[in-house]
Amino acid sequence: MTTFIAPALSYSLLAPILIVLGGAVLGVIAEAFLSRAIRPTVQLSIALGTLVLALAQVWRIRHASSLTAAMSSVTVDGPAILLQGSVLIIAILGVFLIADQDHFTTLAAALPGSPEERDAQRAGEKLTEVYPLTLFAVAGMLLFPIATDLITLFVALEVLSLPLYLMAGLSRRRRLLSQEAALKYFLLGAFSSAFFLFGSAFLYGYSGSLSLAGIHTAVEASSGNQVFLLIGLAFLSVGLLFKVSAVPFHAWTPDVYQGAPTPVTAFMAAATKIAAFGAMLRIFYTAFANAYWEWRPLLTIIAVITMLFGAVVAIAQRDIKRMLAYSSIAHAGFLITGVLALNKSGLDATIFYLFAYGIATIGAFAIVTLVRDSSGEVTDMNRWAGLGKRSPFIATVFATLLLAFAGIPLTSGFIGKFSIFSAAYESGNKAVVVVGVLSSAIAAYFYIRVIVLMFFTDPLDDGTSVVIPSILTRATVIISFAVTIFLGVFPTPLLNFISSTAIFIR
Amino acid sequence: MTSNLLVYLIALPLFGSALLLLAGRKTDKWGHLLATALSAGAFGVGLYEFSQMLSRANDQRAVTQKLFSWISVGSFQVDAGLMLDQLSICFVLLITGVGTLIHIYSIAYMSHDRDRRRFFAYLNLFIAAMLLLVLGDSYLNLYVGWEGVGLASYLLIGFWNQKPTYATAAKKAFVANRVGDLGLSLAIMISFATLGTVSFAGVKAHAGQASTGALTAIGIMLLVAATGKSAQFPLQAWLGDAMAGPTPVSALIHAATMVTAGVYLIIRSNFIFDAAPTAQLLVAIIGAITLLFGAVIGMAKDDIKKALAASTMSQIGYMVLGAGLGPVGYAFAIMHLLTHGFFKAGMFLGAGSVMHGMDDEVNMRRYGGLRKYMPITFATFGLGYLAIIGVPPFAGFYSKDKIIEVAFNMGGIKGVTLGTAALLGAAITAFYMTRVVVMTFAGNKRWDEKAHPHESPALMWVPMVLLALGSVASGFLFTHGNSLVNWLAPVVAPNPAHRSEMLKPAVVSILALVVVLIGVGIAIMKYLRADVPVVAPEDVSIFTKIARRDLLQDDFNEAVFMRPGQKLTQALVLTDSAVIDGAVRGVARMTKGSGSVLRNTQTGFVRSYAMWILLGAIGLIAAIWVVTL
Repeated sequence: MTTFIAPALSYSLLAPILIVLGGAVLGVIAEAFLSRAIRPTVQLSIALGTLVLALAQVWRIRHASSLTAAMSSVTVDGPAILLQGSVLIIAILGVFLIADQDHFTTLAAALPGSPEERDAQRAGEKLTEVYPLTLFAVAGMLLFPIATDLITLFVALEVLSLPLYLMAGLSRRRRLLSQEAALKYFLLGAFSSAFFLFGSAFLYGYSGSLSLAGIHTAVEASSGNQVFLLIGLAFLSVGLLFKVSAVPFHAWTPDVYQGAPTPVTAFMAAATKIAAFGAMLRIFYTAFANAYWEWRPLLTIIAVITMLFGAVVAIAQRDIKRMLAYSSIAHAGFLITGVLALNKSGLDATIFYLFAYGIATIGAFAIVTLVRDSSGEVTDMNRWAGLGKRSPFIATVFATLLLAFAGIPLTSGFIGKFSIFSAAYESGNKAVVVVGVLSSAIAAYFYIRVIVLMFFTDPLDDGTSVVIPSILTRATVIISFAVTIFLGVFPTPLLNFISSTAIFIR
Repeated sequence: MTSNLLVYLIALPLFGSALLLLAGRKTDKWGHLLATALSAGAFGVGLYEFSQMLSRANDQRAVTQKLFSWISVGSFQVDAGLMLDQLSICFVLLITGVGTLIHIYSIAYMSHDRDRRRFFAYLNLFIAAMLLLVLGDSYLNLYVGWEGVGLASYLLIGFWNQKPTYATAAKKAFVANRVGDLGLSLAIMISFATLGTVSFAGVKAHAGQASTGALTAIGIMLLVAATGKSAQFPLQAWLGDAMAGPTPVSALIHAATMVTAGVYLIIRSNFIFDAAPTAQLLVAIIGAITLLFGAVIGMAKDDIKKALAASTMSQIGYMVLGAGLGPVGYAFAIMHLLTHGFFKAGMFLGAGSVMHGMDDEVNMRRYGGLRKYMPITFATFGLGYLAIIGVPPFAGFYSKDKIIEVAFNMGGIKGVTLGTAALLGAAITAFYMTRVVVMTFAGNKRWDEKAHPHESPALMWVPMVLLALGSVASGFLFTHGNSLVNWLAPVVAPNPAHRSEMLKPAVVSILALVVVLIGVGIAIMKYLRADVPVVAPEDVSIFTKIARRDLLQDDFNEAVFMRPGQKLTQALVLTDSAVIDGAVRGVARMTKGSGSVLRNTQTGFVRSYAMWILLGAIGLIAAIWVVTL
């Protein structure tokens, strides 16, 4: 008779994830039992409290002595701490934006334009399900970059994706567009997940192991069927590259960014990138580090076409959310450049970039939520003309964030780009650096075009205005502005912290 | 040596700009005075540092100040530090000195503008950024100033953005400058990757170990940066259009300071160019092309500011040519830069004064005979004119002749070609500047009955007089006892090796004077002896037509860069819109029509997205296969 050995889970290391999941469950219960009147406040408090508590736990375990938890299916090492912390900070700012319920439909289940929807609107209902959904997504994002076996990775991927599919369809205005986006995101997400899973199966076939460490050993020994390794590697990459919206797996991005309620877009754009790149870093730096000869040329091509495609197509965009979507595609290319470097400075630079980009992105979308007319947000760029004259502060913040995207000195974006490109250069990948600098020069064109539009063009008289932001939205805007400037002028503390912390444990 | 004062050079104007922008309308009453005082304060700090430098031995004069450690991770070390040496002090005094005069001038020039305070805030911002550019002790710090200068100039050129031509002007300036910035960032990146450092001292120390190939690459990228900022061929097209801004801006940015940043960059990087002869030769060639290019355009322009802008382009061509001639040329390039700072800024202010008196008319064909109505403007403009065409003993004579002389003395075909180009440029300069002066101040009145030309107020003419004094005396001062050459020697050591003297200095001077006289003579025959038609004649030679169209620079850019770029973007958008924009249009139809369309459009387009993913996956596998074969 075999004895049952209780698995050592190391709850302490899992605390951030467990707290967030607990908060999510609590939110579901609150949704079911609390009266409609107090629900929004309670749900917001639960969500924020949970995230802050989880962030505190991440801070507590930053020097943890034992590193693997849950039977080695996750590893809590330096990069894990940094990525989890970034996800949580972004999530807190994201919840600040989500708290502005004006962007969400009142009754997600009702058909657009149906009597039920009108009734719900008249009754002044609020859509509070979005808070627990956010928390579930955050839990998945916390797990994704720390998972060290393929099954856990897949579970984390689904846990983070499913709530996002739903959240994308919750927009109050232009609901058909929003629902279409949600459905597209879901279908394509499922498609790419299948690739991910299929790739996992091939890798299991190759190495006989599901853990990244096991795959690493097999790659090192170059045992097993190489064809399985290559197919597995390619398919796994498809799943990951889909999530980070690299070309040619990007097609969903503009539609979903445009269709989803802007607070959700903000959260999704910033946090998903961190989680997905976190996982990508871990997989490529640990499991496949010795197979770089196979994947590096591949990712180089992807990085080059992603950067160029994103930058060039963004020029032609007339919608601010679509422009930001293509910009996010271009940034995915820059980040892949960091992954490609495959050295310590590449790792540090990518983590810094993720954080800086995430903060700037959430701030930029926060401002998009503020520019409205009588029928909701105004995303047509031409109608942003003259914003600098009407709301100089908001326009200045937006301009600063755009300059950060463009990588102009004294913003976080410059430090991020410079460190990522020099890491890539250090690794000898000079061609990709040249393309990177070239496409950031192209990209600067459309960022600065928006600035010109805001400051140097006369306003149209069409009712577009900047609404007075709520306290929470204002906090998001100000924090993202301050962090972007601070990291541009004094990046050393954070860079040092990242560089001393970020060491992968195999 | 260290000095704690350097930071105040930048901090004073920066503080002014921040205060004026943040405090808003409250500072309307005294904001312009504060801004002027702060700019003068920075000039004071500069003078103090200069006097301190003079009191030290020649090789002890450079001072540094470390502000804080900007980026410091592993091998990636950059301090935010300032460095003031013999080269940068020249710029500091020019920027703050001329800058302060232009501040004073602007008090009167902009007195009717409701947004005068904002204008002064931008002026101060510009001064701060320009000082950071010349004081930074590394390429990265320089880059911060470089971008800051770009931003401030953008704000200033666009200050009167009600002008409809502004949008294209700004866009053009922006594109040219982005290409330049791309060059600078690539240069920084290559230098960091090959030399492991981006500080001037570090690059200078390590330049010897790098391969010539890498240094040539850095040099060429720096040259690209310089052509963008300094309006050199082939990125020169923006300068003429940037004249849409207020005239003091043109004097400050487009004559004395920003456009010289490229020259500064090249001379600051002398250790790179000296080790990369190919890049250096390229610098000289670009300079020679631009000096002729600008001069030819200058001959055909009827807009007084555009004529001056073309002239600026041409004069900076001389500086770049000087910088491309290597160690013997650096000091003369700087000398021409400084003298040009005086006389061109003075002439721009003069042009502003004329426009002020003529209801903002810029067409020289509608001026004429103004010397009686604006005697001070005429006198100061005239002194600047004598300086720019190189009449002894005015400033331009010393600096320009030296560049021509050094160019000839390069020897060989190179020397003859470059020298001849410089000499020819001098003749054309004499022609078009005479044309400007004659059409504006001499001849018949050609203006409307409504115009009442009058002299400008003292606040405007005093700066003009001071600049005119500089145009008269500076050349002599700089060459007296080889003072500027010796002063700059520690930074840009002149080549000690014996150089061939193809032409004696006296011969060059005589040659130059002869061609200048020819140029002046032709212009007088054409524009003083004959009547100047008020409307530009259309029956002119094809060459004039081409010159009027800026030597087809816009047509060239459009055909070579813009159209293909648009085509590429359109093609990419087309491939994308077949799947993406189509979907959006589908939704637009759908929201109008019935819900049943929904199913059809969606399945169709998601299928094509999925197709992309599938093709991508197949592509990945194919690529992996190819790589591992």
